[in-house]
Amino acid sequence: MNRLTYIGLAIAAVFILTAIFAPFIATHDTTAQDLMMRYAPVSAAHWFGTDALGRDVFSRVVYGARISLEVGIIVVVVSSFIGVFLGAVAGFYGGWVDKFLSGYLFNVFLAFPGLLLAIALVAFLGAGLGKLILALCIIGWVGYARVMRGQVLKVREYDFVQAARALGASNFRILFTHILPNAIQPLIVQASLGMAGAVLSEASLSFLGLGIPPPAPSWGTMIEEGRGFDILYNAPHVLFFPALAIALTVLAFNFLGDGLREYLDPKQRSR
Amino acid sequence: MKYKLLSFARQIGLLLLVVWTVVSLVTLLIELVPGSPATAILGDQATTEQINNFNQKHGLDKPAFFFSYKEEGFDWHGANNRYMDYWIGLLQGDLGTSFRTDRPVLGMILERYPSTIMLALASMIVAISIAVPLGVLAGTNKGTLIDNASSFVALLGISLPTFVIGPFLVYLFAVKLGWFSPTGSANPEDIILPAVTLGAALSAILTRMVRSSVIEELGEDYVRTARAKGLSERKVIYKHVLKNGLIPVVTILGLQLGVLLAGAIITEKIFNWQGLGLLLLDDGIGKRDYRLVQGCVLVISVTYILANSLTDLVYRWLDPRIRLS
Repeated sequence: MNRLTYIGLAIAAVFILTAIFAPFIATHDTTAQDLMMRYAPVSAAHWFGTDALGRDVFSRVVYGARISLEVGIIVVVVSSFIGVFLGAVAGFYGGWVDKFLSGYLFNVFLAFPGLLLAIALVAFLGAGLGKLILALCIIGWVGYARVMRGQVLKVREYDFVQAARALGASNFRILFTHILPNAIQPLIVQASLGMAGAVLSEASLSFLGLGIPPPAPSWGTMIEEGRGFDILYNAPHVLFFPALAIALTVLAFNFLGDGLREYLDPKQRSR
Repeated sequence: MKYKLLSFARQIGLLLLVVWTVVSLVTLLIELVPGSPATAILGDQATTEQINNFNQKHGLDKPAFFFSYKEEGFDWHGANNRYMDYWIGLLQGDLGTSFRTDRPVLGMILERYPSTIMLALASMIVAISIAVPLGVLAGTNKGTLIDNASSFVALLGISLPTFVIGPFLVYLFAVKLGWFSPTGSANPEDIILPAVTLGAALSAILTRMVRSSVIEELGEDYVRTARAKGLSERKVIYKHVLKNGLIPVVTILGLQLGVLLAGAIITEKIFNWQGLGLLLLDDGIGKRDYRLVQGCVLVISVTYILANSLTDLVYRWLDPRIRLS
Protein backbone atom coordinates (compact mmCIF):
# COMPACT_ATOMS: atom_id res chain seq x y z
CA MET A 1 0.00 0.00 0.00
CA ASN A 2 1.30 3.46 -0.79
CA ARG A 3 1.75 6.41 1.51
CA LEU A 4 -1.52 8.07 0.53
CA THR A 5 -3.43 5.00 1.70
CA TYR A 6 -1.91 5.30 5.15
CA ILE A 7 -2.66 9.01 5.24
CA GLY A 8 -6.23 8.17 4.28
CA LEU A 9 -6.41 5.51 6.97
CA ALA A 10 -5.07 7.90 9.61
CA ILE A 11 -7.52 10.70 8.73
CA ALA A 12 -10.41 8.24 8.58
CA ALA A 13 -9.43 6.95 12.03
CA VAL A 14 -9.35 10.47 13.45
CA PHE A 15 -12.76 11.14 11.88
CA ILE A 16 -14.29 7.97 13.34
CA LEU A 17 -12.79 8.52 16.79
CA THR A 18 -13.95 12.14 16.77
CA ALA A 19 -17.47 11.00 15.95
CA ILE A 20 -17.48 8.35 18.68
CA PHE A 21 -15.99 10.52 21.41
CA ALA A 22 -17.68 13.77 20.34
CA PRO A 23 -19.18 14.49 23.79
CA PHE A 24 -15.72 14.36 25.34
CA ILE A 25 -14.02 16.41 22.63
CA ALA A 26 -16.57 19.17 22.13
CA THR A 27 -15.95 22.22 24.30
CA HIS A 28 -19.41 23.78 24.07
CA ASP A 29 -23.03 22.83 23.55
CA THR A 30 -23.60 22.72 19.76
CA THR A 31 -26.88 24.64 19.91
CA ALA A 32 -26.06 27.04 22.74
CA GLN A 33 -26.38 30.57 21.33
CA ASP A 34 -24.45 33.57 22.56
CA LEU A 35 -25.57 36.61 20.62
CA MET A 36 -22.92 38.77 22.28
CA MET A 37 -20.30 36.56 20.64
CA ARG A 38 -21.49 36.52 17.02
CA TYR A 39 -18.76 35.78 14.48
CA ALA A 40 -16.07 35.76 17.17
CA PRO A 41 -12.69 34.97 15.62
CA VAL A 42 -10.53 32.00 16.47
CA SER A 43 -9.47 32.22 20.13
CA ALA A 44 -8.57 30.10 23.14
CA ALA A 45 -12.20 30.01 24.23
CA HIS A 46 -13.52 29.22 20.73
CA TRP A 47 -10.88 27.23 18.85
CA PHE A 48 -12.66 27.59 15.49
CA GLY A 49 -14.46 30.84 16.35
CA THR A 50 -18.25 31.25 16.50
CA ASP A 51 -21.00 31.50 13.88
CA ALA A 52 -23.89 33.88 13.21
CA LEU A 53 -25.67 32.86 16.40
CA GLY A 54 -22.54 32.78 18.52
CA ARG A 55 -22.43 28.99 18.52
CA ASP A 56 -19.03 27.34 18.93
CA VAL A 57 -17.85 26.20 15.48
CA PHE A 58 -15.35 23.67 16.86
CA SER A 59 -18.02 21.79 18.80
CA ARG A 60 -20.35 21.86 15.81
CA VAL A 61 -17.67 20.48 13.51
CA VAL A 62 -16.95 17.72 16.03
CA TYR A 63 -20.61 16.76 16.29
CA GLY A 64 -20.92 17.10 12.52
CA ALA A 65 -18.53 14.15 12.24
CA ARG A 66 -21.06 12.13 14.19
CA ILE A 67 -23.89 12.96 11.76
CA SER A 68 -21.69 12.20 8.76
CA LEU A 69 -20.46 8.91 10.22
CA GLU A 70 -23.94 7.85 11.24
CA VAL A 71 -25.39 8.55 7.79
CA GLY A 72 -22.33 7.06 6.07
CA ILE A 73 -22.35 3.79 8.00
CA ILE A 74 -26.09 3.19 7.73
CA VAL A 75 -26.10 4.00 4.02
CA VAL A 76 -23.07 1.81 3.29
CA VAL A 77 -24.39 -1.13 5.32
CA VAL A 78 -27.95 -1.04 4.00
CA SER A 79 -27.10 -0.35 0.38
CA SER A 80 -24.30 -2.93 0.34
CA PHE A 81 -26.69 -5.58 1.70
CA ILE A 82 -29.26 -4.81 -0.99
CA GLY A 83 -26.58 -4.55 -3.66
CA VAL A 84 -24.75 -7.72 -2.66
CA PHE A 85 -27.95 -9.70 -2.57
CA LEU A 86 -29.27 -8.51 -5.94
CA GLY A 87 -25.86 -8.62 -7.59
CA ALA A 88 -25.19 -12.13 -6.32
CA VAL A 89 -28.58 -13.38 -7.43
CA ALA A 90 -28.14 -11.84 -10.88
CA GLY A 91 -24.66 -13.26 -11.34
CA PHE A 92 -25.42 -16.68 -9.93
CA TYR A 93 -28.72 -17.50 -11.58
CA GLY A 94 -28.07 -15.80 -14.91
CA GLY A 95 -30.77 -16.24 -17.57
CA TRP A 96 -33.91 -14.14 -17.34
CA VAL A 97 -33.21 -13.26 -13.68
CA ASP A 98 -29.96 -11.64 -14.76
CA LYS A 99 -31.61 -10.10 -17.82
CA PHE A 100 -34.20 -8.43 -15.63
CA LEU A 101 -31.85 -7.40 -12.82
CA SER A 102 -28.68 -6.33 -14.56
CA GLY A 103 -30.15 -5.70 -18.00
CA TYR A 104 -33.03 -3.58 -16.77
CA LEU A 105 -33.07 -2.69 -13.08
CA PHE A 106 -29.35 -1.91 -12.66
CA ASN A 107 -29.35 0.04 -15.90
CA VAL A 108 -32.28 2.17 -14.82
CA PHE A 109 -30.57 3.12 -11.58
CA LEU A 110 -27.23 3.67 -13.29
CA ALA A 111 -28.91 5.82 -15.92
CA PHE A 112 -30.50 8.13 -13.36
CA PRO A 113 -28.25 10.86 -11.96
CA GLY A 114 -27.93 9.84 -8.30
CA LEU A 115 -27.97 13.23 -6.65
CA LEU A 116 -30.99 14.32 -8.70
CA LEU A 117 -32.92 11.21 -7.66
CA ALA A 118 -32.05 11.88 -4.02
CA ILE A 119 -33.11 15.52 -4.40
CA ALA A 120 -36.37 14.46 -6.04
CA LEU A 121 -37.13 11.89 -3.34
CA VAL A 122 -36.44 14.30 -0.51
CA ALA A 123 -38.37 17.05 -2.31
CA PHE A 124 -41.48 14.92 -2.39
CA LEU A 125 -41.03 13.06 0.90
CA GLY A 126 -39.89 16.07 2.93
CA ALA A 127 -36.59 16.63 4.72
CA GLY A 128 -35.33 14.62 7.69
CA LEU A 129 -32.62 12.19 8.73
CA GLY A 130 -34.59 9.01 8.03
CA LYS A 131 -35.78 10.16 4.62
CA LEU A 132 -32.30 11.33 3.72
CA ILE A 133 -30.86 7.92 4.55
CA LEU A 134 -33.63 6.22 2.60
CA ALA A 135 -32.92 8.37 -0.44
CA LEU A 136 -29.17 7.72 -0.26
CA CYS A 137 -29.74 3.96 0.03
CA ILE A 138 -32.02 4.01 -2.99
CA ILE A 139 -29.30 5.62 -5.08
CA GLY A 140 -26.42 3.76 -3.43
CA TRP A 141 -27.11 0.05 -3.79
CA VAL A 142 -26.56 -0.27 -7.53
CA GLY A 143 -22.79 0.27 -7.32
CA TYR A 144 -22.44 -2.72 -5.02
CA ALA A 145 -24.78 -4.80 -7.13
CA ARG A 146 -22.75 -4.24 -10.26
CA VAL A 147 -19.45 -5.10 -8.58
CA MET A 148 -20.96 -8.16 -6.92
CA ARG A 149 -22.50 -9.49 -10.11
CA GLY A 150 -19.17 -9.32 -11.92
CA GLN A 151 -17.42 -11.06 -9.06
CA VAL A 152 -19.97 -13.84 -8.80
CA LEU A 153 -19.84 -14.42 -12.56
CA LYS A 154 -16.11 -14.95 -12.19
CA VAL A 155 -16.04 -17.01 -9.00
CA ARG A 156 -18.89 -19.36 -9.90
CA GLU A 157 -16.70 -20.94 -12.59
CA TYR A 158 -13.95 -21.88 -10.14
CA ASP A 159 -13.24 -25.52 -9.38
CA PHE A 160 -14.25 -25.41 -5.75
CA VAL A 161 -17.72 -24.27 -6.77
CA GLN A 162 -17.99 -27.19 -9.20
CA ALA A 163 -16.79 -29.46 -6.41
CA ALA A 164 -19.43 -28.17 -4.03
CA ARG A 165 -22.05 -28.70 -6.71
CA ALA A 166 -20.82 -32.24 -7.30
CA LEU A 167 -21.13 -32.90 -3.58
CA GLY A 168 -24.79 -31.97 -3.88
CA ALA A 169 -24.75 -28.60 -2.10
CA SER A 170 -27.87 -26.51 -2.60
CA ASN A 171 -27.78 -23.33 -4.67
CA PHE A 172 -28.29 -21.29 -1.52
CA ARG A 173 -25.36 -22.98 0.21
CA ILE A 174 -23.10 -22.63 -2.81
CA LEU A 175 -23.93 -18.97 -3.21
CA PHE A 176 -23.65 -17.91 0.41
CA THR A 177 -20.95 -20.17 1.85
CA HIS A 178 -18.73 -20.75 -1.16
CA ILE A 179 -19.09 -17.95 -3.67
CA LEU A 180 -19.79 -14.90 -1.49
CA PRO A 181 -16.75 -15.13 0.82
CA ASN A 182 -14.55 -15.39 -2.24
CA ALA A 183 -16.22 -12.56 -4.09
CA ILE A 184 -16.38 -10.02 -1.31
CA GLN A 185 -12.95 -8.39 -1.65
CA PRO A 186 -13.72 -5.65 -4.19
CA LEU A 187 -16.70 -4.70 -2.05
CA ILE A 188 -14.31 -3.40 0.58
CA VAL A 189 -13.07 -0.92 -2.00
CA GLN A 190 -16.63 -0.08 -3.00
CA ALA A 191 -17.59 0.40 0.66
CA SER A 192 -14.74 2.82 1.26
CA LEU A 193 -15.62 4.85 -1.83
CA GLY A 194 -19.29 4.51 -0.88
CA MET A 195 -18.55 6.02 2.50
CA ALA A 196 -16.99 9.03 0.82
CA GLY A 197 -19.99 9.23 -1.51
CA ALA A 198 -22.52 9.01 1.31
CA VAL A 199 -20.78 11.67 3.42
CA LEU A 200 -20.63 13.89 0.35
CA SER A 201 -24.26 13.33 -0.62
CA GLU A 202 -25.47 14.02 2.92
CA ALA A 203 -23.52 17.26 2.99
CA SER A 204 -24.74 18.20 -0.51
CA LEU A 205 -28.38 17.68 0.40
CA SER A 206 -27.96 19.49 3.70
CA PHE A 207 -26.21 22.31 1.84
CA LEU A 208 -29.23 22.57 -0.45
CA GLY A 209 -31.48 22.65 2.61
CA LEU A 210 -32.88 19.22 1.78
CA GLY A 211 -30.99 17.17 4.34
CA ILE A 212 -30.94 17.29 8.08
CA PRO A 213 -32.79 20.40 9.23
CA PRO A 214 -31.05 22.98 11.44
CA PRO A 215 -29.99 23.41 14.20
CA ALA A 216 -28.37 19.97 13.80
CA PRO A 217 -24.68 20.60 13.03
CA SER A 218 -24.40 18.97 9.61
CA TRP A 219 -21.28 20.08 7.78
CA GLY A 220 -23.31 20.84 4.64
CA THR A 221 -25.68 23.10 6.59
CA MET A 222 -22.73 24.86 8.22
CA ILE A 223 -21.15 25.57 4.83
CA GLU A 224 -24.45 26.92 3.55
CA GLU A 225 -24.71 29.20 6.59
CA GLY A 226 -21.18 30.50 6.14
CA ARG A 227 -21.04 31.27 2.44
CA GLY A 228 -22.68 34.70 2.29
CA PHE A 229 -20.48 37.48 0.91
CA ASP A 230 -20.42 39.47 4.16
CA ILE A 231 -19.66 36.41 6.23
CA LEU A 232 -16.87 35.38 3.86
CA TYR A 233 -15.49 38.90 4.13
CA ASN A 234 -15.67 39.29 7.89
CA ALA A 235 -15.63 35.77 9.30
CA PRO A 236 -14.28 33.24 6.80
CA HIS A 237 -13.68 30.75 9.64
CA VAL A 238 -17.41 29.97 9.74
CA LEU A 239 -17.05 28.41 6.28
CA PHE A 240 -13.45 27.27 6.46
CA PHE A 241 -13.55 24.67 9.23
CA PRO A 242 -16.58 22.64 8.16
CA ALA A 243 -15.31 22.81 4.56
CA LEU A 244 -11.93 21.52 5.69
CA ALA A 245 -13.58 18.75 7.70
CA ILE A 246 -15.65 17.51 4.79
CA ALA A 247 -12.82 17.80 2.30
CA LEU A 248 -10.47 15.82 4.54
CA THR A 249 -13.03 13.13 5.27
CA VAL A 250 -13.99 12.60 1.64
CA LEU A 251 -10.33 12.72 0.62
CA ALA A 252 -9.42 10.16 3.29
CA PHE A 253 -11.99 7.59 2.21
CA ASN A 254 -11.10 8.12 -1.44
CA PHE A 255 -7.39 7.60 -0.68
CA LEU A 256 -8.28 4.51 1.30
CA GLY A 257 -10.50 3.11 -1.44
CA ASP A 258 -7.94 3.79 -4.15
CA GLY A 259 -5.11 2.30 -2.10
CA LEU A 260 -7.12 -0.81 -1.29
CA ARG A 261 -8.07 -1.23 -4.92
CA GLU A 262 -4.44 -1.15 -5.95
CA TYR A 263 -3.49 -3.47 -3.12
CA LEU A 264 -6.19 -6.00 -3.93
CA ASP A 265 -5.70 -5.90 -7.69
CA PRO A 266 -2.16 -6.97 -8.60
CA LYS A 267 -2.66 -5.83 -12.19
CA GLN A 268 -3.01 -2.22 -11.05
CA ARG A 269 -0.09 -2.40 -8.65
CA SER A 270 2.55 -2.26 -11.34
CA ARG A 271 1.10 0.88 -12.95
CA MET B 1 -24.18 -6.06 -40.30
CA LYS B 2 -27.11 -8.00 -38.92
CA TYR B 3 -25.50 -8.13 -35.49
CA LYS B 4 -24.73 -4.45 -35.66
CA LEU B 5 -28.35 -3.59 -36.33
CA LEU B 6 -29.49 -5.97 -33.63
CA SER B 7 -27.23 -4.46 -31.02
CA PHE B 8 -28.28 -0.99 -32.11
CA ALA B 9 -31.94 -1.97 -31.81
CA ARG B 10 -31.32 -3.47 -28.40
CA GLN B 11 -29.68 -0.28 -27.23
CA ILE B 12 -32.56 1.84 -28.45
CA GLY B 13 -34.97 -0.59 -26.80
CA LEU B 14 -33.16 -0.32 -23.49
CA LEU B 15 -33.03 3.45 -23.80
CA LEU B 16 -36.80 3.63 -24.32
CA LEU B 17 -37.34 1.28 -21.38
CA VAL B 18 -35.17 3.42 -19.13
CA VAL B 19 -36.90 6.62 -20.21
CA TRP B 20 -40.30 5.01 -19.64
CA THR B 21 -39.28 3.96 -16.14
CA VAL B 22 -37.92 7.39 -15.28
CA VAL B 23 -41.06 9.14 -16.50
CA SER B 24 -43.23 6.68 -14.59
CA LEU B 25 -41.22 7.18 -11.41
CA VAL B 26 -41.37 10.95 -11.70
CA THR B 27 -45.10 10.84 -12.41
CA LEU B 28 -45.79 8.67 -9.41
CA LEU B 29 -43.39 10.48 -7.05
CA ILE B 30 -45.94 13.22 -6.57
CA GLU B 31 -48.07 10.66 -4.74
CA LEU B 32 -45.45 10.55 -2.00
CA VAL B 33 -46.17 14.13 -0.90
CA PRO B 34 -47.40 14.04 2.68
CA GLY B 35 -50.94 15.40 2.76
CA SER B 36 -52.13 16.75 -0.57
CA PRO B 37 -50.48 19.20 -2.98
CA ALA B 38 -53.59 21.39 -2.71
CA THR B 39 -53.19 22.03 1.03
CA ALA B 40 -49.45 22.46 0.58
CA ILE B 41 -50.06 25.22 -1.96
CA LEU B 42 -53.24 26.83 -0.61
CA GLY B 43 -52.44 26.48 3.08
CA ASP B 44 -54.44 25.05 5.98
CA GLN B 45 -56.98 27.85 5.83
CA ALA B 46 -58.18 26.92 2.34
CA THR B 47 -61.89 26.15 2.01
CA THR B 48 -63.11 22.86 0.58
CA GLU B 49 -64.31 24.71 -2.48
CA GLN B 50 -60.88 26.22 -3.11
CA ILE B 51 -59.26 22.83 -2.72
CA ASN B 52 -61.74 21.19 -5.06
CA ASN B 53 -61.21 23.92 -7.66
CA PHE B 54 -57.46 23.53 -7.41
CA ASN B 55 -57.66 19.76 -7.73
CA GLN B 56 -59.97 20.01 -10.69
CA LYS B 57 -57.80 22.56 -12.46
CA HIS B 58 -54.70 20.40 -12.18
CA GLY B 59 -56.42 17.07 -12.72
CA LEU B 60 -55.69 16.02 -9.15
CA ASP B 61 -59.31 14.91 -8.60
CA LYS B 62 -58.74 11.87 -10.76
CA PRO B 63 -57.34 8.60 -9.43
CA ALA B 64 -53.54 8.37 -9.40
CA PHE B 65 -53.12 5.18 -11.39
CA PHE B 66 -55.01 2.48 -13.25
CA PHE B 67 -55.90 0.76 -10.01
CA SER B 68 -55.58 1.28 -6.31
CA TYR B 69 -55.43 -1.16 -3.47
CA LYS B 70 -57.74 -0.91 -0.52
CA GLU B 71 -58.67 -3.38 2.17
CA GLU B 72 -61.52 -4.75 0.09
CA GLY B 73 -59.10 -5.53 -2.72
CA PHE B 74 -57.99 -3.96 -5.98
CA ASP B 75 -60.07 -1.09 -7.27
CA TRP B 76 -59.95 -0.64 -11.04
CA HIS B 77 -60.19 2.98 -12.26
CA GLY B 78 -59.68 2.63 -16.00
CA ALA B 79 -57.59 4.79 -18.28
CA ASN B 80 -58.92 8.11 -16.97
CA ASN B 81 -56.19 8.60 -14.39
CA ARG B 82 -53.36 11.02 -13.56
CA TYR B 83 -50.63 8.71 -14.80
CA MET B 84 -52.20 8.52 -18.25
CA ASP B 85 -52.91 12.25 -18.23
CA TYR B 86 -49.26 13.01 -17.62
CA TRP B 87 -48.18 10.70 -20.42
CA ILE B 88 -50.73 12.07 -22.88
CA GLY B 89 -49.61 15.61 -22.05
CA LEU B 90 -45.98 14.64 -22.32
CA LEU B 91 -46.41 13.12 -25.76
CA GLN B 92 -48.01 16.38 -26.87
CA GLY B 93 -45.11 18.37 -25.43
CA ASP B 94 -47.07 19.51 -22.39
CA LEU B 95 -45.52 19.12 -18.95
CA GLY B 96 -48.54 20.51 -17.18
CA THR B 97 -49.24 23.86 -15.55
CA SER B 98 -47.28 25.25 -12.65
CA PHE B 99 -49.18 25.00 -9.36
CA ARG B 100 -47.94 28.43 -8.35
CA THR B 101 -47.73 30.60 -11.43
CA ASP B 102 -50.28 28.89 -13.70
CA ARG B 103 -47.72 29.07 -16.49
CA PRO B 104 -46.89 26.06 -18.64
CA VAL B 105 -44.02 24.18 -16.99
CA LEU B 106 -42.31 23.50 -20.31
CA GLY B 107 -42.07 27.22 -21.04
CA MET B 108 -40.54 27.93 -17.63
CA ILE B 109 -37.98 25.18 -18.20
CA LEU B 110 -37.09 26.28 -21.72
CA GLU B 111 -36.39 29.79 -20.42
CA ARG B 112 -33.74 28.45 -18.06
CA TYR B 113 -32.40 25.51 -20.05
CA PRO B 114 -29.91 27.48 -22.20
CA SER B 115 -28.16 28.96 -19.13
CA THR B 116 -27.57 25.51 -17.69
CA ILE B 117 -26.31 24.08 -20.98
CA MET B 118 -24.04 27.09 -21.38
CA LEU B 119 -22.63 26.55 -17.89
CA ALA B 120 -22.09 22.84 -18.54
CA LEU B 121 -20.30 23.48 -21.83
CA ALA B 122 -18.15 26.22 -20.31
CA SER B 123 -17.11 23.92 -17.50
CA MET B 124 -16.27 21.25 -20.06
CA ILE B 125 -13.98 23.66 -21.87
CA VAL B 126 -12.33 24.52 -18.55
CA ALA B 127 -11.90 20.85 -17.76
CA ILE B 128 -10.40 19.93 -21.13
CA SER B 129 -7.98 22.81 -21.15
CA ILE B 130 -6.69 21.78 -17.73
CA ALA B 131 -6.79 18.02 -18.19
CA VAL B 132 -5.17 17.44 -21.57
CA PRO B 133 -1.88 19.26 -20.91
CA LEU B 134 -1.70 18.02 -17.31
CA GLY B 135 -2.53 14.43 -18.27
CA VAL B 136 0.02 14.38 -21.11
CA LEU B 137 2.65 15.87 -18.82
CA ALA B 138 1.97 13.24 -16.16
CA GLY B 139 1.76 10.36 -18.62
CA THR B 140 4.97 11.19 -20.44
CA ASN B 141 6.80 11.67 -17.14
CA LYS B 142 5.41 8.57 -15.46
CA GLY B 143 6.65 7.94 -11.94
CA THR B 144 8.37 11.30 -11.59
CA LEU B 145 7.59 14.14 -9.23
CA ILE B 146 5.50 15.85 -11.94
CA ASP B 147 3.39 12.72 -12.28
CA ASN B 148 2.83 12.33 -8.55
CA ALA B 149 2.02 15.99 -8.12
CA SER B 150 -0.53 15.95 -10.92
CA SER B 151 -2.10 12.76 -9.56
CA PHE B 152 -2.41 14.41 -6.19
CA VAL B 153 -4.00 17.52 -7.67
CA ALA B 154 -6.39 15.30 -9.61
CA LEU B 155 -7.40 13.39 -6.49
CA LEU B 156 -7.90 16.67 -4.69
CA GLY B 157 -10.16 17.85 -7.50
CA ILE B 158 -12.25 14.70 -7.29
CA SER B 159 -12.55 14.78 -3.53
CA LEU B 160 -13.29 18.44 -3.02
CA PRO B 161 -17.03 18.91 -3.28
CA THR B 162 -18.50 21.64 -5.44
CA PHE B 163 -19.87 23.43 -2.42
CA VAL B 164 -16.37 23.66 -0.95
CA ILE B 165 -14.60 24.74 -4.15
CA GLY B 166 -17.30 27.28 -5.05
CA PRO B 167 -17.28 29.35 -1.85
CA PHE B 168 -13.48 29.06 -1.76
CA LEU B 169 -13.24 30.57 -5.25
CA VAL B 170 -15.70 33.28 -4.25
CA TYR B 171 -13.58 34.02 -1.18
CA LEU B 172 -10.38 34.20 -3.21
CA PHE B 173 -11.47 35.92 -6.42
CA ALA B 174 -14.48 37.95 -5.33
CA VAL B 175 -13.84 38.80 -1.68
CA LYS B 176 -10.04 39.05 -1.52
CA LEU B 177 -9.02 39.98 -5.06
CA GLY B 178 -12.27 41.54 -6.22
CA TRP B 179 -11.84 40.31 -9.80
CA PHE B 180 -15.32 38.89 -10.24
CA SER B 181 -18.72 39.49 -8.76
CA PRO B 182 -19.57 36.75 -6.26
CA THR B 183 -22.93 35.76 -7.74
CA GLY B 184 -25.24 36.42 -10.64
CA SER B 185 -25.20 35.98 -14.39
CA ALA B 186 -25.46 39.55 -15.65
CA ASN B 187 -21.99 40.00 -17.18
CA PRO B 188 -20.23 37.65 -19.60
CA GLU B 189 -17.31 37.07 -17.21
CA ASP B 190 -19.70 35.93 -14.49
CA ILE B 191 -19.61 32.46 -16.00
CA ILE B 192 -15.93 31.94 -15.15
CA LEU B 193 -16.18 31.13 -11.44
CA PRO B 194 -19.17 28.78 -11.78
CA ALA B 195 -17.55 27.07 -14.78
CA VAL B 196 -14.31 26.47 -12.89
CA THR B 197 -16.25 25.23 -9.86
CA LEU B 198 -18.32 22.82 -11.89
CA GLY B 199 -15.41 21.76 -14.09
CA ALA B 200 -12.92 21.08 -11.30
CA ALA B 201 -14.03 17.52 -10.57
CA LEU B 202 -14.33 16.74 -14.26
CA SER B 203 -10.86 18.06 -15.01
CA ALA B 204 -9.50 15.83 -12.26
CA ILE B 205 -11.19 12.74 -13.67
CA LEU B 206 -10.09 13.63 -17.20
CA THR B 207 -6.49 14.19 -16.12
CA ARG B 208 -6.35 10.67 -14.78
CA MET B 209 -7.92 9.28 -17.94
CA VAL B 210 -5.56 11.16 -20.26
CA ARG B 211 -2.60 10.06 -18.16
CA SER B 212 -3.39 6.35 -18.20
CA SER B 213 -4.37 6.54 -21.87
CA VAL B 214 -1.07 8.17 -22.78
CA ILE B 215 0.88 5.58 -20.78
CA GLU B 216 -0.99 2.75 -22.47
CA GLU B 217 -0.63 4.14 -26.00
CA LEU B 218 3.06 4.92 -25.54
CA GLY B 219 3.68 1.19 -25.27
CA GLU B 220 2.05 0.46 -28.67
CA ASP B 221 3.94 -0.57 -31.78
CA TYR B 222 2.80 2.37 -33.87
CA VAL B 223 4.54 4.73 -31.47
CA ARG B 224 7.80 2.90 -32.04
CA THR B 225 7.22 3.13 -35.78
CA ALA B 226 6.49 6.82 -35.57
CA ARG B 227 9.63 7.40 -33.53
CA ALA B 228 11.67 5.18 -35.88
CA LYS B 229 10.72 7.27 -38.87
CA GLY B 230 12.18 10.23 -37.09
CA LEU B 231 9.14 12.17 -35.87
CA SER B 232 9.76 14.57 -33.04
CA GLU B 233 8.49 13.44 -29.64
CA ARG B 234 6.04 16.32 -29.69
CA LYS B 235 4.55 15.12 -32.97
CA VAL B 236 4.43 11.53 -31.75
CA ILE B 237 2.47 12.55 -28.73
CA TYR B 238 0.14 15.15 -30.14
CA LYS B 239 -0.45 13.58 -33.55
CA HIS B 240 -0.49 9.88 -32.78
CA VAL B 241 -0.77 9.10 -29.11
CA LEU B 242 -3.37 11.70 -28.22
CA LYS B 243 -5.52 10.84 -31.20
CA ASN B 244 -5.89 7.27 -30.01
CA GLY B 245 -5.66 8.07 -26.37
CA LEU B 246 -8.59 10.44 -26.48
CA ILE B 247 -11.13 7.76 -27.35
CA PRO B 248 -11.86 6.78 -23.74
CA VAL B 249 -11.71 10.44 -22.82
CA VAL B 250 -14.55 11.20 -25.21
CA THR B 251 -16.68 8.63 -23.43
CA ILE B 252 -15.98 10.05 -20.03
CA LEU B 253 -16.67 13.51 -21.38
CA GLY B 254 -20.06 12.47 -22.70
CA LEU B 255 -20.96 10.62 -19.54
CA GLN B 256 -19.91 13.65 -17.58
CA LEU B 257 -22.12 16.01 -19.56
CA GLY B 258 -24.98 14.35 -17.75
CA VAL B 259 -23.19 14.55 -14.43
CA LEU B 260 -22.48 18.22 -15.08
CA LEU B 261 -26.13 18.92 -15.78
CA ALA B 262 -27.14 17.24 -12.54
CA GLY B 263 -24.21 18.70 -10.59
CA ALA B 264 -25.01 22.14 -11.90
CA ILE B 265 -27.81 22.27 -9.34
CA ILE B 266 -25.34 22.93 -6.52
CA THR B 267 -23.15 25.26 -8.57
CA GLU B 268 -26.17 27.28 -9.67
CA LYS B 269 -27.22 27.60 -6.05
CA ILE B 270 -23.77 28.83 -4.97
CA PHE B 271 -23.50 31.46 -7.69
CA ASN B 272 -27.18 32.22 -8.02
CA TRP B 273 -26.87 31.18 -11.68
CA GLN B 274 -30.32 31.38 -13.23
CA GLY B 275 -30.44 27.90 -14.69
CA LEU B 276 -32.58 24.82 -14.47
CA GLY B 277 -31.12 23.74 -11.13
CA LEU B 278 -32.06 26.98 -9.44
CA LEU B 279 -35.53 26.77 -10.99
CA LEU B 280 -35.88 23.30 -9.46
CA LEU B 281 -34.58 24.37 -6.05
CA ASP B 282 -36.07 27.81 -5.55
CA ASP B 283 -39.25 27.87 -7.60
CA GLY B 284 -39.95 24.14 -7.51
CA ILE B 285 -38.94 22.63 -4.19
CA GLY B 286 -38.78 25.91 -2.26
CA LYS B 287 -42.34 26.89 -3.20
CA ARG B 288 -43.66 23.32 -3.24
CA ASP B 289 -44.60 23.64 -6.88
CA TYR B 290 -44.65 19.89 -7.40
CA ARG B 291 -45.65 20.09 -11.05
CA LEU B 292 -42.58 22.19 -11.74
CA VAL B 293 -40.39 19.79 -9.74
CA GLN B 294 -41.69 16.91 -11.86
CA GLY B 295 -40.90 18.77 -15.05
CA CYS B 296 -37.39 19.80 -13.98
CA VAL B 297 -36.45 16.33 -12.72
CA LEU B 298 -37.79 14.82 -15.91
CA VAL B 299 -35.95 17.18 -18.25
CA ILE B 300 -32.64 16.92 -16.36
CA SER B 301 -32.73 13.13 -16.15
CA VAL B 302 -33.80 12.61 -19.75
CA THR B 303 -31.03 14.94 -20.94
CA TYR B 304 -28.62 12.95 -18.79
CA ILE B 305 -29.77 9.63 -20.19
CA LEU B 306 -29.70 10.86 -23.80
CA ALA B 307 -26.19 12.31 -23.35
CA ASN B 308 -24.99 8.95 -22.03
CA SER B 309 -26.53 6.95 -24.84
CA LEU B 310 -25.24 9.29 -27.47
CA THR B 311 -21.73 9.00 -26.06
CA ASP B 312 -21.98 5.26 -26.14
CA LEU B 313 -22.89 5.37 -29.82
CA VAL B 314 -20.07 7.79 -30.64
CA TYR B 315 -17.65 5.61 -28.74
CA ARG B 316 -18.67 2.53 -30.68
CA TRP B 317 -18.34 4.41 -33.91
CA LEU B 318 -14.91 5.77 -32.99
CA ASP B 319 -13.33 2.53 -31.89
CA PRO B 320 -13.76 -0.33 -34.37
CA ARG B 321 -12.68 -2.89 -31.77
CA ILE B 322 -15.80 -2.16 -29.77
CA ARG B 323 -17.94 -1.97 -32.90
CA LEU B 324 -16.94 -5.46 -33.99
CA SER B 325 -17.24 -7.15 -30.65
